[in-house]
Parts: sequence; structure tokens; C-alpha cells
Amino acid sequence: MSRHQFPAPYRRLRELTRARVAQDTTGSSLATNELLAFQHDWAKARDAVHYAVDFPALASDMRDAGFDTVHLHSTAGDRPEYLRRPDLGRRLSEASLEALPPYRDSRPDICLVVADGLSGIAVVRHAATLLQAFRERAREQQWTLSPVILAEQGRVALGDPIGEALGARLTAMIIGERPGMTAADSLGIYLTYAPRPGRTDAERNCISNVRPDGQPLEAAAGTMAYLIGRALSLQLTGVALKDQGRLIDSGPS
Amino acid sequence: MQDNGRYHATLGQQRFSFKSLVELLARASPERSGDQLAGVAAESAQERIAARMALADLPLQRFLEEPLIPYEDDEVTRLIMDSHDRDAFRPVAHLTVGEFRDWLLRYEVDAATLRALAPGLTPEMVAAVSKLMRNQDLILVASKARVETRFRNTIGAPATLAVRLQPNHPTDDPTGIAASILDGLLHGAGDATVGINPATDNVDSYITLTRLMDELRQAYAIPMQSCVLAHVTTALEAVDQGAPVDLIFQSIAGTEAANRAFGIDLALLQQAHDAGRSLGRGTVGQNLMYFETGQGSALSADAHHGVDQQTCEARAHAVARAFDPLLVNTVVGFIGPEYLYDGKQIIRAGLEDHFCGKLLGLPMGCDVCYTNHAEADQDDMDILLTVLTAAGCNFVMGVPGADDIMLSYQSTSFHDANYVRQLLGKTPAPEFRQWLQAMEVLDEQGRLLSPQAGRGLLKHAERLAAGAAGYLPQ
Repeated sequence: MSRHQFPAPYRRLRELTRARVAQDTTGSSLATNELLAFQHDWAKARDAVHYAVDFPALASDMRDAGFDTVHLHSTAGDRPEYLRRPDLGRRLSEASLEALPPYRDSRPDICLVVADGLSGIAVVRHAATLLQAFRERAREQQWTLSPVILAEQGRVALGDPIGEALGARLTAMIIGERPGMTAADSLGIYLTYAPRPGRTDAERNCISNVRPDGQPLEAAAGTMAYLIGRALSLQLTGVALKDQGRLIDSGPS
Repeated sequence: MQDNGRYHATLGQQRFSFKSLVELLARASPERSGDQLAGVAAESAQERIAARMALADLPLQRFLEEPLIPYEDDEVTRLIMDSHDRDAFRPVAHLTVGEFRDWLLRYEVDAATLRALAPGLTPEMVAAVSKLMRNQDLILVASKARVETRFRNTIGAPATLAVRLQPNHPTDDPTGIAASILDGLLHGAGDATVGINPATDNVDSYITLTRLMDELRQAYAIPMQSCVLAHVTTALEAVDQGAPVDLIFQSIAGTEAANRAFGIDLALLQQAHDAGRSLGRGTVGQNLMYFETGQGSALSADAHHGVDQQTCEARAHAVARAFDPLLVNTVVGFIGPEYLYDGKQIIRAGLEDHFCGKLLGLPMGCDVCYTNHAEADQDDMDILLTVLTAAGCNFVMGVPGADDIMLSYQSTSFHDANYVRQLLGKTPAPEFRQWLQAMEVLDEQGRLLSPQAGRGLLKHAERLAAGAAGYLPQ
């Protein structure tokens, strides 16, 4: 028998959660429309993971938004290597180390890093807007900012050696989050006080699900500025800051 | 084949040597990205086979003489050695690893043989023999083992497949969670447990969710058990505060140091087990621990001691075994491609974990799953779900539409579970099946009935849709 004709009260479960409840079926299996809808969402996530960011174009967007940029690369050569070897995505390539000297020990309050992470499309869509919103708040606080460092094949911890080289008080790493079926273009913002290699996840704070339909960009920029203010005055990030703030999660992927 | 504690094999002109048991096991393990990341994997296909040849000639007895991680350094090693049952081991004590594979595949070795043998096996023995097995061997031998556990129903009875209903919600919204639970029940899921991964791990939210599930269970007299998958310390606090706690959950790993990274040790698990038992809430049995494991957890905590991830996983099963669990779930593809790169590696790992757990006497289930950055998709999950069920897996996950909106990964759905029940002639747990038929969810043949407005669980759905408050029948 087919369970295709569901009564309305059952169907209304769909209004109570974003979970895929009360789906159309045939026999005990999914009906074709549901099957294809699932595959569409999966395909968006899949394409996001393998999206190759056009870094020169991203740099040009950033310059249009009024930011200087530096383009760096992790030691992960390509996407398959990046996915297999998270350790390589946390280290700077030799060429990148050579590109850093003009900014070495420039001692900004905040080192801004934008990395493709697991969703390049998130960075392309939202990073410039987020940084513009944040810059207004940074001006109010009179924080000095580094150029926007664009990091290719980067993991969260890549912000540690970069922040250390610049002598920054804090690194803000803006990175594409692992795409889910609901959203493939979420940014994560990771804050690390006194960045240096070897910092653990427990020493960071994270603002997650940053995208227009999730944590909106303006609000995320506000939270980011609030947390950075607290971090700079308390001289720490991580679990201790979370306990004080009680509004955010700690710990990156 | 070994001299001075070293292991060797010669393939054609080439002689391979392995400096320790740890290295031998790691080199013999099927290819996977986590062992490559750790730098312990074989460097060529031939080296891998050479390691398997040397491993095949190794006496099982050697694993009792030479712990992979020193006894003094690791309480999991101490647990394994101290709880080993020499009498149970006797039927295979004279065998090499290769001979043990042949023995397991004999017709005469059946469920009773394997049940009697289980306390005589160590995780290292079962991990070793699994490395010599093809997927079909892992399926066939596991299908001969039977492990039944009980709380308010019977999990693992012949020709059954139970489902953990996983109604997660990104904000722990009780109405959203209730909607997913209801949908699962209407699809015949929830017999293994209704288990919520909370978005926030705190005792208030734990108690709220526990009460929600307990009220639903009592309102409809459902022969099921509930679980909130928070840290064991949160569960202990909830028990102290009088919450109606059925199952106690914890993620566990195969080394003391990895367990420390999870914030646990054996003493804490014992305390949790005792606390759960003290409530006496089971009706047909008192198995109440729910453990989750998964290859790669020890490496990700930098606590693997050079041991390959599949062997570490089997050692996690030894931890589970000490606490008579109701459910042990290997969450096989959740950890990501740096540990299990693609569908092939995930499928193999799922079969290994199920096999090793069953041989050690555990009620194994599997979260057949993947993340979007792994080279895997729902087609791979179909294969793993099907072969695991053929292998007699006790339970799988039921996530609405296979899409976990809180944890952002894809698992198996209510529909997937019903597909494989239909295909392989499996039914829900017997007590739960009876209840489903009484509630007009299943017909006499075990087929799903279309929910009828105004009847049974759908009345509940109507109340739920009308407003979150007061939706339970009075």
C-alpha cells in the first residue's frame, strides 16, 4: 500500500521542526520528490566543499571594500591533500613565510585572516560584508587591524603562526564551515588571544553558523567585537571567556 | 617467523620486517587515511600483505604476553589483562591468528561456541584476526554471533533489527524534538532507544529532555528506553536531582589517555553504571549503559601510542564490555575523511567494528554515516546498512530523512531502516513490535499502516500542532 495520502495533522509536523519529518513515501521508501530534494541539498554541500576560491577575485573584492590584502597558502597542496591531512592545513608554506616579512612584527591589535576552510563559497559570499561591518566597530574601539590575510587551503589553527608572525594581540580567523544539508555557505569566526602554534581548541572562542539566514552578518560582527573587547581586557580567549560571556560556543572543528 | 621480538615475512625477493607487535598490526591493517595521517600504515600494498603473512603465523597467546600499551601506563591494558578468562580462551589457545580465522569460519563454530569464547578473547586478538579477513568473512562470522540485551525490551533477538530514534534539534526545542520522535514512532523506530544528542550539555536541559521522553513513554505505555547523550557527569548530576534516567551514555576510547581527553576513566564509568542500576528502572532487564565509539578517536586526542585506529577501536570495545551495556554504537563515518577517507574505508570500518564488538560479546549497532567532506554518499550508506544487517547488526540509527539538523551529518533514516527490515525479513524488538501493532502503526505482516486522523499517535500529533503546551493525553 502507499502512504502517499497523509492526513493533514500528520503533515503539520513539518511546521514544528526543520528536520525532514512527514516525508512522502511509497511503500516504506521515500517518494521520488523527496529523494531528489535530498540529493539537491547534498549536491550544494558537496559543491561547496570542492569549490575553488578565485583568490585574485576575492582580493579584488576586499580591496573594493577598502582592505589591503596578503595572499598566503598552507602546506596542503590541493583539496584532496587538504581533506586527508589537517596537519598540513595548519602550517604556512615556505613561499608564504617569505611573503610575510613586510608585516612581521607590525603588532596590530587584531590579525584578520580569511581562509577557505571547508566552504569556499561561504568566504566568497560573506567575508567582505562581515569584515566591513566589523571594521566600523573596530574603529569605535580604536583597534588597529592587520591587512586581510587570505589563506588558501587553511584550517583554523593556521591563524596561529600568522598571528604570531605579525605580533598580533589576537587572531580573528574567518573560515568556511563544513557544509551541512541546511546550509552550505556558513562562516565560522574563531578568536584566539596571543596566537602562536600549539594553541588548543579550548583556548579559542567560536561564533558559528554565520550567514544571512543563520547568525546574520551584522549581528555576528557585533558579537565578534564584543568578544574581542572582552578578550583584550581579560587577556584570554577560550573556555574562561565563554564562562564569563555565557553566549557562545568554544571549540572549532 | 620472528627472532628477538621482531617479525618478518619474505615476498618473492623482498624481505619485510616489523619491529614490534604494534607495528605489525598497523602495517597489516587495511588502508585508511587515519593510519596514514598517524604515519603507522603500510607504505606499499606488498608491505601490507607481508605484514598479514607474518601476523597469520603469530600465536594468539602472544597478545597475552606482550601488551601493545604497557600494563603500568594504561588502565585499559590492565582491564584487558586482568579480566581475561583463560578457561574460555582454551579452545583457541593453541592457534595462530591465521588458524583462528580458519577456525571461526568452520560450520561447527556457532552462536553458543562464540558466546562461550567471548570472555577468552582480547581486543587485540579480534583486531588481529579481522585484519586477515575479507569483508565476507567479517559478515559471515559476525552473523553467527548473537548478543541479546534487555531494559524495557529485547535488543538483538533473532531476525530483529532495532532502531535508535535520533530526534536532534539545533536548539533542543521540545516541540521540534517531539515532532521528530512522533514521526519516528509512526515509522516503527525507537526500540533501541529514543536518544537525543543535546545541543548544549547542561543538567537543566538534560532533565527537561529526559522528562519529555519519560512522559511520552508513560502516556502511551511504550516499551522503550530513553537517553540524553550528554557527558556522563551530567547524567550523574541528573540522577542526583531525581530525573527519570533510563540509559546512561558516554563516548569511550581504547586508551586511558584518550578516555582522559573525553573527561572519563573506568572509575567514573563504574560510578555511572552503579547510579543507573540503583534506579532499577528496567522491566525486562538491567542493561543500561549506551556507549559510542569510532575509529580515529584515540589519534584525534593524540593518545594512540602508535597503535592503528582499528585496534584502538577494539580496545574501546573492551572498555564497553566491562559495564554490561544495552547498546554499543560505532559512529563510523562521523569523524571525517582524515580518518576514513571514502565510502570504501567507511564500509570496511563499519564491518570491522561490528565484527570485533560481536566477538567480544557486545550488543553492536552502527551509526551508518558520513560527513559532506568525505568521499561518500547515500549509496555507500545503503551498502553498509545492507551488509551490516545481513551480518546481524543489533541496531542502526533512525534520523528524520537521514539528515541530522543539529550535528550536520547524514546517517540512516526511518525509511532506510524499514527498507532493510523489509529486504532481509527483520522485525522490531518483539515487545516494541507488539506495541506498534496495538497502536496501528504496523499491520499483522509488519507493514506500515498509513496514520489515520484522530487515532492513536496521530491524536498526539494533532495536539502537538495545536500548541506545544498540554499536548500529552491526560
